[in-house]
Amino acid sequence: MNRIKKAFSNGKAFISFITGGDPDLETTKELILAMEEAGADLIEIGIPFSDPIAEGAVIQEANERALSSGCTTDKLFDAIHEIKEKVSVPLVFLTYINPIYTYGKERFFKRCVECGIDGIIVPDLPFEEKEELSQESSRYEVNLVSLIAPTSNERIRMIASQAEGFIYCVSSLGVTGVRTDIQTDITSMISMVREVTDTPCAIGFGISTPDQAKKFAALSDGAIVGSAIVKLVAQYGKESIEPVKTYVRDMKAAVSKA
Amino acid sequence: MKKGRFLEYGGQYVPETLMNAVNELEEAYEHYKNDPEFVNELEELYRNYAGRPSLLYYAEKMSKDLGGARIYLKREDLNHTGSHKINNVLGQVLLAKKMGKKRVIAETGAGQHGVATATAAALMGLECEIFMGKEDTDRQVLNVYRMELLGAKVHPVESGTQTLKDAVNETMREWTKRVEDTHYVLGSVMGPHPFPTIVRDFQKIIGKEIKEQLKLQEGRLPDAVIACVGGGSNAMGAFYEFIEDSSVQLIGCEAAGLGVDTKKNAATIANGTEGIFHGMKSLFCQDEYGQIAPVYSISAGLDYPGIGPEHAMLYKTGRASYVPITDEEAVRAFEYLSRTEGIIPAIESAHAVAYARILAPQMEKDKIIVINISGRGDKDVAAIARYRGVNIYE
Repeated sequence: MNRIKKAFSNGKAFISFITGGDPDLETTKELILAMEEAGADLIEIGIPFSDPIAEGAVIQEANERALSSGCTTDKLFDAIHEIKEKVSVPLVFLTYINPIYTYGKERFFKRCVECGIDGIIVPDLPFEEKEELSQESSRYEVNLVSLIAPTSNERIRMIASQAEGFIYCVSSLGVTGVRTDIQTDITSMISMVREVTDTPCAIGFGISTPDQAKKFAALSDGAIVGSAIVKLVAQYGKESIEPVKTYVRDMKAAVSKA
Repeated sequence: MKKGRFLEYGGQYVPETLMNAVNELEEAYEHYKNDPEFVNELEELYRNYAGRPSLLYYAEKMSKDLGGARIYLKREDLNHTGSHKINNVLGQVLLAKKMGKKRVIAETGAGQHGVATATAAALMGLECEIFMGKEDTDRQVLNVYRMELLGAKVHPVESGTQTLKDAVNETMREWTKRVEDTHYVLGSVMGPHPFPTIVRDFQKIIGKEIKEQLKLQEGRLPDAVIACVGGGSNAMGAFYEFIEDSSVQLIGCEAAGLGVDTKKNAATIANGTEGIFHGMKSLFCQDEYGQIAPVYSISAGLDYPGIGPEHAMLYKTGRASYVPITDEEAVRAFEYLSRTEGIIPAIESAHAVAYARILAPQMEKDKIIVINISGRGDKDVAAIARYRGVNIYE
């Protein structure tokens, strides 16, 4: 069983996200270990990009902080490599297509394998353009995670039928960021997915409170939280390890009750 | 060729949230472009609202002064709202209306595309919101006020470099928030398929008219067509009709800012590498890790780190050539055309004029150059004055 699938095998999964290199790579390494310790089942790490068009202000600013502190794709790979042996939960990179394309696809996936990266999420690589990466990603057995959105409608079956790893179910229109109210009919999105695949489905975009996490995990296989954690990193910087740990612990507890 | 591709360039690299919207747009466009009613309505708007055909003016004094090729100016600056942007915008806003959209949004650099979009939205009764880099709202205050007069809401974009690239990011973000009733009026031959094709089709009237007008006036094809290139819509519009005519040199002029060897330029062909950004595979100014470069040009309209995918193809196949023009050369050309012909061009278009000044004297007197004057220079007068150390109030 690959590591991503395993993350969903013990009940509902809690997936946490941080931007790599924010505020610096030392903190990133500590945060990954701390989040695992606090119960995160899968950890997403953003490779910073100058123009993250799917992100709201919180993660966008984290990208800027990481880049201005000198984080590069290579340095992030190196940092992950250093803690590779200590991490047992699956790690998934989230980044845009340009940093991967420019780095060189072959070289990128080779390094993913060396560093123990199990999957990648590329928000600006829709189903129609998957071929851009799918050959290399399958050769190196790195899961190319698919996204479905509230506007996907009939596309859901098409996307889900070829999904690998897990399906990132975008809960709301717009960009990433904390929301008080999520209106989308998640139940029908998930049931369309279920018609064609048993690949697990996790919901992200807008989730920040334990109540929301519990509710959305109940509808699916897990909840993804990004902006709320990145906000803590923005607030506490190098001192964010404890606050993030506490937060992840509470969220995991809520998801477990779903 | 794969759908929406120009060789390997182009594509649809956008978030899943937007995929149905771009597919729906493609379908609607494929339908309406062959719909006689739509075509007639658009032609009517071109004639009676935009003021087409625009003049093809023989620049006699400039030709004499440079002492080489005969120079013609395609006067897109005479269009309603003062630039070629209106061609594309009338087409797209009419299309949006036919599609039942309630609202249009657009990015703008210098403000010309924003003004054109606000104008068409006012005319056709759609809500309009414009995203413009904060730095550009300062550089182009008059255009901001114009858009507001036209009933549009202008959002200054404070993220990133606060210029055109960030305005595009923010408009895409806004589109993902309200995709069902909103059409994104993309302003250049860039972005995800079908935009590069749609915008080119709405702009190709420029080259078509050049061809017809020059045939009447000279009885033949031009030897060179010169246009400025940011994203590249006026250039694509001017070039398209001539792509099959191999005797016609097609030359795009990109913004070299303080020089292609400095960090302050927006010369994508000279300095760019292949990448995938803003929905398309093309050439971009970027670093080795694919971080998009903060580019610079005196002209807000050319201040863009990429180039449309069809231009990337024309460059790769050698069908068109691209030359860098510095701020200083553009400013001199701006002043030159004003004094020589009594025509104040947009600083963007002045980049094309600058190259014509270099090329024309090297050509025989029986050769013909057409320069696309993509816009008028009113918006740039204060900026040029400041460049020359004169402080005037706008």
